[in-house]
Amino acid sequence: MLETAASLVSTTNPGLVLMAAGIIMVFMRGFAPRAAVLVGGPVLALATLLSSGAWGVDLATFDAFGLTLSLYRIDSLSFIFGLAFIIAAAIGGIYSLHREDGVQDGTGMLYAGAAIAAIFAGDLITLFIFWELTAITSVVLIWARRTPRAYAAGLRYLIIQMTSGLLLIAGAALYHNATGLIVFSEMGAVGELPVVSAIDIAEPGAWLMLIAFGVKAAFPLAHSWLQDAYPNSTETGTVILSAFTTKLAIYALARGFAGLDLLIWVGAIMAVFPVFFALLGNDLRRVLSYALISQMGIMVCAVGVGGELGVNGAAAHAFASTIYMALLFMSMGAVMLRTGTTKASEIGGLHRTMPYTTLFAIIGGATIASVPLTSGFAAKSLTMSAVGYDGQMWVWLALLFAAAAAVAHTTIKVPLSAFFGEDRGRRPEEAPFNMLLAMGIAAVFCIGIGVTPRWLYELLPYRDTALDYLNHDLWTPTHLVTQFQLLVFGALAFVLLRRYALYPETTPGMLIDSEWAWRRAAPSIAGALGAALMSFERAFARTARQVGGRIKEHLVQTFAPARGVSRRVPLSSTAIWSAFLLAAVLLIALI
Amino acid sequence: MIDFTSLIVAPPELTRHAAALLVLGPLVASCAAALSPNGRWAWIISFLASAFSFWMALALTGEVAREGVIVYAMGGFEPPYGISFRIDWLGAMFALLLSSMAMIAAAYSGYSLNAEILEGKRTLFQAGFLLCLAGLLGMTSTGDAFNAFVFLEISSIGTYALIGVGASRDRRALPAAFNYLILGTVGATFYVIGVGFLYAAAGTLNMADLASRLPALEESRAAEAGFAFIMVGLGLKAAMFPLHGWLPSAYAHAPSLMNVFLSATATKAAVYLMVRFAFDVFPPDSIIVERFMIWVMAPLAGVAAIVCSTQAIFQTELRRILAFSSVAQVGYMMLAIAVASGAGIAAGLLHLTAHALMKAALFMAIGGVTLSVTGLRLSDFNGAGRTAPWTMTPFAIASFSLLGVPLTMGFLTKWRLIEAMLGDAYYWAVAVIAISSILSLFYVGRMLEVLFFQPAQTGKNRIREAPLGALIPLWVLTVATIWFGIDGRMVEYIADSAATAVLGGVE
Repeated sequence: MLETAASLVSTTNPGLVLMAAGIIMVFMRGFAPRAAVLVGGPVLALATLLSSGAWGVDLATFDAFGLTLSLYRIDSLSFIFGLAFIIAAAIGGIYSLHREDGVQDGTGMLYAGAAIAAIFAGDLITLFIFWELTAITSVVLIWARRTPRAYAAGLRYLIIQMTSGLLLIAGAALYHNATGLIVFSEMGAVGELPVVSAIDIAEPGAWLMLIAFGVKAAFPLAHSWLQDAYPNSTETGTVILSAFTTKLAIYALARGFAGLDLLIWVGAIMAVFPVFFALLGNDLRRVLSYALISQMGIMVCAVGVGGELGVNGAAAHAFASTIYMALLFMSMGAVMLRTGTTKASEIGGLHRTMPYTTLFAIIGGATIASVPLTSGFAAKSLTMSAVGYDGQMWVWLALLFAAAAAVAHTTIKVPLSAFFGEDRGRRPEEAPFNMLLAMGIAAVFCIGIGVTPRWLYELLPYRDTALDYLNHDLWTPTHLVTQFQLLVFGALAFVLLRRYALYPETTPGMLIDSEWAWRRAAPSIAGALGAALMSFERAFARTARQVGGRIKEHLVQTFAPARGVSRRVPLSSTAIWSAFLLAAVLLIALI
Repeated sequence: MIDFTSLIVAPPELTRHAAALLVLGPLVASCAAALSPNGRWAWIISFLASAFSFWMALALTGEVAREGVIVYAMGGFEPPYGISFRIDWLGAMFALLLSSMAMIAAAYSGYSLNAEILEGKRTLFQAGFLLCLAGLLGMTSTGDAFNAFVFLEISSIGTYALIGVGASRDRRALPAAFNYLILGTVGATFYVIGVGFLYAAAGTLNMADLASRLPALEESRAAEAGFAFIMVGLGLKAAMFPLHGWLPSAYAHAPSLMNVFLSATATKAAVYLMVRFAFDVFPPDSIIVERFMIWVMAPLAGVAAIVCSTQAIFQTELRRILAFSSVAQVGYMMLAIAVASGAGIAAGLLHLTAHALMKAALFMAIGGVTLSVTGLRLSDFNGAGRTAPWTMTPFAIASFSLLGVPLTMGFLTKWRLIEAMLGDAYYWAVAVIAISSILSLFYVGRMLEVLFFQPAQTGKNRIREAPLGALIPLWVLTVATIWFGIDGRMVEYIADSAATAVLGGVE
């Protein structure tokens, strides 16, 4: 009896545990039961994960579609992503405790569970099934805001996510057709290294799958769903959304396409271009969404570099960024809850009444800037070194630029606009205790990993490489100095942008001495470029709206009831059609 | 694997005559229902008769699994002089589908008729329903081409009357029924003309005999003309684009029970006959079948899948959205069948089954709240999911199946469709399915938004739950949709066997 139970636990995908908890969650009322499930679900999932029997083998299979599906398979690559997701689910759960909304809590956990289940999927079909489930469950978190704007954004989000799923299944079908393979993580014996680059890009269908992953990873030109949907979700929804979808895509890319050169360039572009939008954005949750894309770019780059160092870098960065992006979104969620807005031009000076939230936002900001002794430093160093060793000079510079810019658009700008800066007279309450607790836990992770990186490095896919790096490269003086220089330049960029009024709002008392004038050129070019990009985006959006409107008008003209093809068809016309069809069939029959 | 050969549910005497009893049961019960004292009695008769048919269908399935093909000579007159019923895996599959859907619809009718039909008309309504069922079952089990026409007419006459009854809720049911009457007659006439051509060419009406004689008549103009007439006539009955003009109105304005039953069965029986004629009666490798599939059926089905999905997006009435979506889904089935390989036909039949389950559930859920919703427009259903979650959750699940969301049957069948099309290198058809799936996201999203995210109506307009009598059949369908989505081996086995039977004759 006990043994059957134990074997059942060790062969159940932790994602399914969390999904079951999510279904129960829908019906939970009252603080204590909700807290028990919201925290208990992830804890149970963690227990299931840790009690899993063996790595690198199929722990649960299922026969369907004439194939053997592998529902649960762990190796060192999926383990660290799964762990990050479980931690994020627990933090998100605690963060949501203050408001009772069974639908949001339940779908949030279902979403997290589906993402975790997808991480441990052993084949492409299982991956696809949970891939689609993440799309369907997560859209509810956007719709839960219950505004027409959120509804429209959610629908757009859903369509893009479902398209990604369709591309994935079409790619998987083609790939299976051509190679007979459906296995996503074909692995060696127990305990050996994880299999990466599982998909050969030359095979049919591989491109479709790459694009499917790319859509979820917010590749350039496919990124618009992210900054469209995330800021439109509820204050708790954005936190949960930010954690899973994109990291799942990074996992899938690392598993399928690690070492694909194209990804290096895609990642570099992805790291750089959102910087301008983030610098100039006004809605701080939108700024963070762009920052998230930029961080994802660095991860994609690491995946593209591939090799042990690259995959380690992507995994470590994904782990750390899941937590610090959640921390940043949580601090903005608290502001959203207390003031009803996160527009930089409407808030400011909130540190007087929200001191703890301010502190946590600063910690989150420091982590994204990779200040030494934060998890960002421990994680991003790996990526930067991987790219550096690879000898990709321009890419390395691009990532450096993105890292410095993060200092300006997030580390300084977010706390400054929301909590310091111009006092707009708002005196909101401090965030509720559960929010502070969730942020506190996330902050402990950020600093804890930063102080003792060994903890994280031990869990990385290639443990020996990681520990070797830790012992020889991480804490070298040159590395530390480089990092501090980066921080200073980032701060400088911020100050200059502020000085030349390129930010949406200005604050008196930020004047800069003229001796800095020789540095003007660079930031003004950056600013001009940003402004140009901004206006390009606006023009693009306007044209798209116009074209879209015209297409829609035509469609309505053609398809709406009582118009065009949808008029109630008089029976004579159907009869004529049938005569016509008969003639056509006779014609092809008799010639 | 599932073993049907050990499926014995009825005593041997009954099993021997199961093919006849399958059709005879509802036919006789239809008279009993017409004569019964009140609607309640008629309902019980109706349910028992369709349950009896389902029982006989199960018995037949066991026989088919053991024997391959059953030929049952009516009244002991052997073909070619007598009329025979001839049931293979394809016939057994449709007997199971039609009778089980009828049983569920009949269970639901107790509530549905009370809500919509005047007491005095309920007995006749049930009689018509049983007549329609007997006709459909006859169509799919007879082995005689002309006999199929007779059953086609029996089922159609029942349907015309029952659509017209919808006039008490929606006056537009009358013109819709009239339209369907005219067009249905045109279709049936085309069919019977085609059968006449075949008789002239081959000198027999028995399908098995036709199948053995037609390959020798490859060059016969009469046989080719017969094929054209039969396909277009059946295409009309099956709502093949662009001959679907009658369907949206017929579905939208009929009483709820007929929405459920028609959407699950009526067009399907016509699809059955098309498959039977195209691949079994006519040799599937003959030039005319091949040309018809590639140059007529596949393109029209592709256009249907895209155009009708788009039309569904712009509809304002809930039932019309679903009706247009039905035409699009028939397009999917025909697209798969037009691929004309074993995998394609199996996938088409599988999708047909999935579609029957989900559309019946969707219409059932809408019919379930019909007591408290007076209007027909989408906006009249605002917030129904909030005040009537037990009725509308099945609606949501069924619409997920419509989208092809994993863990529902719709996903399984869509996967099989795509696989079959890839296997035969019909890449454009895969693209059509993909585009149509994205289009369906719009109209499904719109329905779900209205039902679940709009503020609920309060006070006198508050939408109430359907009564238990409607909820039980609704949930049976919903559980089946999920069950077969997770473990679809049974239906897959039946569909694969049906495709083999129709392509290879006797196994």
